[in-house]
Amino acid sequence: MGDTTIQIEKLGKRYRIGRALGRNQTFREVLVDAACSPFRRMAGMFRSPGIATNSDQETIWALRNVSFDIRGGDTVGVIGRNGAGKSTLLKILSRITEPTTGRVRLRGRVGALLEIGTGFHSELTGEENVYLSGAILGMKHDEIRRKFDEIVAFAEVEKFIRTPVKHYSSGMYLRLAFAVAAHLDPEILLVDEVLAVGDVSFQKKCLGKMDAVAHEGRTVLFVSHNLGAVQRLCRSAVLLERGEVKAYGPAAEVSALYLKDGMTDALSWRRSAPAQSDIYFRSIYMRGDDGEPLSCVTTSDSVRVVLQFVVGRRCRDLQVSLGLLDRSGEQIFGTAPQDTGLTPPEEPGEYTAVVTLPAEILMAKTYGIRAALWVPGLGILDRQDGLQFSVQETASLCNSIPEGRHGQIAIRCEWKYERPDDEETRNGKHPAMAQPSMG
Amino acid sequence: MNSRENVSIIEPRASWTLLDLQELWHYRDLFYFLAWRDVKVRYRQTVLGGLWAVLQPLMTMGIFTIFFGQLAGVPSDGLPYPLFVYTALLPWQFFSNAVSNSGNSLIASTQLISKVYFPRIIIPSSSILCGLLDFAVAFILLVPMMVYYGIVPGSGILLLPVLMAGFIMAAIGVGSILSALNVHYRDFRYVVPFMVQIWLFVTPVIYPASMVPERWRWMINLNPMAGLISAFRASLLDQAVPWADLVVSGLVVLLIFAIGLFVFLRMERRFADVI
Repeated sequence: MGDTTIQIEKLGKRYRIGRALGRNQTFREVLVDAACSPFRRMAGMFRSPGIATNSDQETIWALRNVSFDIRGGDTVGVIGRNGAGKSTLLKILSRITEPTTGRVRLRGRVGALLEIGTGFHSELTGEENVYLSGAILGMKHDEIRRKFDEIVAFAEVEKFIRTPVKHYSSGMYLRLAFAVAAHLDPEILLVDEVLAVGDVSFQKKCLGKMDAVAHEGRTVLFVSHNLGAVQRLCRSAVLLERGEVKAYGPAAEVSALYLKDGMTDALSWRRSAPAQSDIYFRSIYMRGDDGEPLSCVTTSDSVRVVLQFVVGRRCRDLQVSLGLLDRSGEQIFGTAPQDTGLTPPEEPGEYTAVVTLPAEILMAKTYGIRAALWVPGLGILDRQDGLQFSVQETASLCNSIPEGRHGQIAIRCEWKYERPDDEETRNGKHPAMAQPSMG
Repeated sequence: MNSRENVSIIEPRASWTLLDLQELWHYRDLFYFLAWRDVKVRYRQTVLGGLWAVLQPLMTMGIFTIFFGQLAGVPSDGLPYPLFVYTALLPWQFFSNAVSNSGNSLIASTQLISKVYFPRIIIPSSSILCGLLDFAVAFILLVPMMVYYGIVPGSGILLLPVLMAGFIMAAIGVGSILSALNVHYRDFRYVVPFMVQIWLFVTPVIYPASMVPERWRWMINLNPMAGLISAFRASLLDQAVPWADLVVSGLVVLLIFAIGLFVFLRMERRFADVI
């Protein structure tokens, strides 16, 4: 189980862009070109891919010099920004497209899950589609027959298996399509962001099955933007950037590297327009553990909101408040210095307030910040509202329970199980034993 | 989990590749399923269903008999015109439908091509099989017709399987090129119906090959369907099989089949990138 299952050597893929991309060339154009320069253009149809025949056709390298080895039984996440080359890598490994340079050596049967419902036809029944889709994905007829009941049971569509798929709800469709793919049983499984579709329960099912597959010792290659899923499922990860391998190693390390480069909108506001009053905010940003401004926020970060404000004149009863908003602007909760027994300063000067949010309270959502400087009875002196930021999901409190938490924020509460204590019941002190007073 | 030592290598293919027959055999189930899907969907969607397989040649035969047989007085080699034209229409419509279907087959399977791997030649090839079923259904109608006209097939009927193989190879050859060209040049789709229509007129379906002067006969036989259809008609209706015509057309069929596959395999690699 420890030998190399996938060996990738100097893999490269070049695409022609410009004229060839976006708009398919028409045959009429080919004929016109051919008339102008007889053999060159017609021959271009037959030439090997990747060789630029024309100076006005630019090429881009979707993958360049990619080399790494994957050992049998490993689950590897493939992460990177959009356009980094993740899907191209999967396409080459599943033989849908050919590499321009390099080679790949695969040991074992390959099953690719690049999309849910490949090959489904709406006029056919569920049963017919299972056979069709299974055949398309590479299963033999008797293999499908053997697994048919399992597949239908996994998808929970027993009652509707004889109805045409066009009558299915989208949930049923997805479940059935995934069920077929889930029973592929290849030695190497390639999965491309299939978790992006479907509702929460479907995604959980997908993850569960992939987890099971990984535990059976198969080699899994998993492309995803969901860092939480990658960290949970994968032992290793490879980070692609602009078609090249930036890092390859344990999943947690590589994810951290990816996050450090910062790809999400983080909170960082600085006053640009002149203030309306002499008491105003100068900047609001977020700071992490190391005291440095956070370029991106994850669910496991301990987040501090830093409020820099200027008090231009002596002001009694100055109040400062901070509110956490949801995506639509509704306030989830508010906080003020009084929480820690502090009061805002009265003397003129520049101040920096650091508000530490409770640990691991944020979920993988978009939040907003509202900060205000005000005086009771006088009104609001300065307010900054709707400063949005997105939170990246990592392994943390918000996904520590199976179905995931629901709600706007994740709060850890104290739970404990109580047992009837013998001592207490004997003394009649147990609540359940309390006699209702008579009379 | 079986641990078959199944090592595969992915690398840029050499320019010159032959058809991988072993791989095709491995995917034979898929071939069957795609054809089965086409048949099922076809017969499920239309109101007429299987009836269309019979109606198409019958109605065409009717129109041709009236306008070409009666009004224009086209000769028919001594055979009753309806029978003459119907026996030619059967393989012709198989071929023309097969060419139209396979020509569009790749474009219609965009999702499959960009998401799953299998030898792409399966797509245009399997789309032809549906036409075979239609052909068989329409062929059955030939029997009462022949009884009605009192014609019994001779020994030439032994040639039928060979001719059928020829029709299939011609369909695959032409269909492969068309489907591949359609992927790269989307306007090719509009050429096909026009091409098929012209092709009908240069094939001896409506008129007999004997109408073409002897000197130019070889030219018309460069059309692969010409010799095949003449031979098909002759062998079914107990006439002398035109061997010269058949040989010329047969060679052209083999050539087109080989070229079709070669072009397809060459262009196959770029399908997923371009589609």
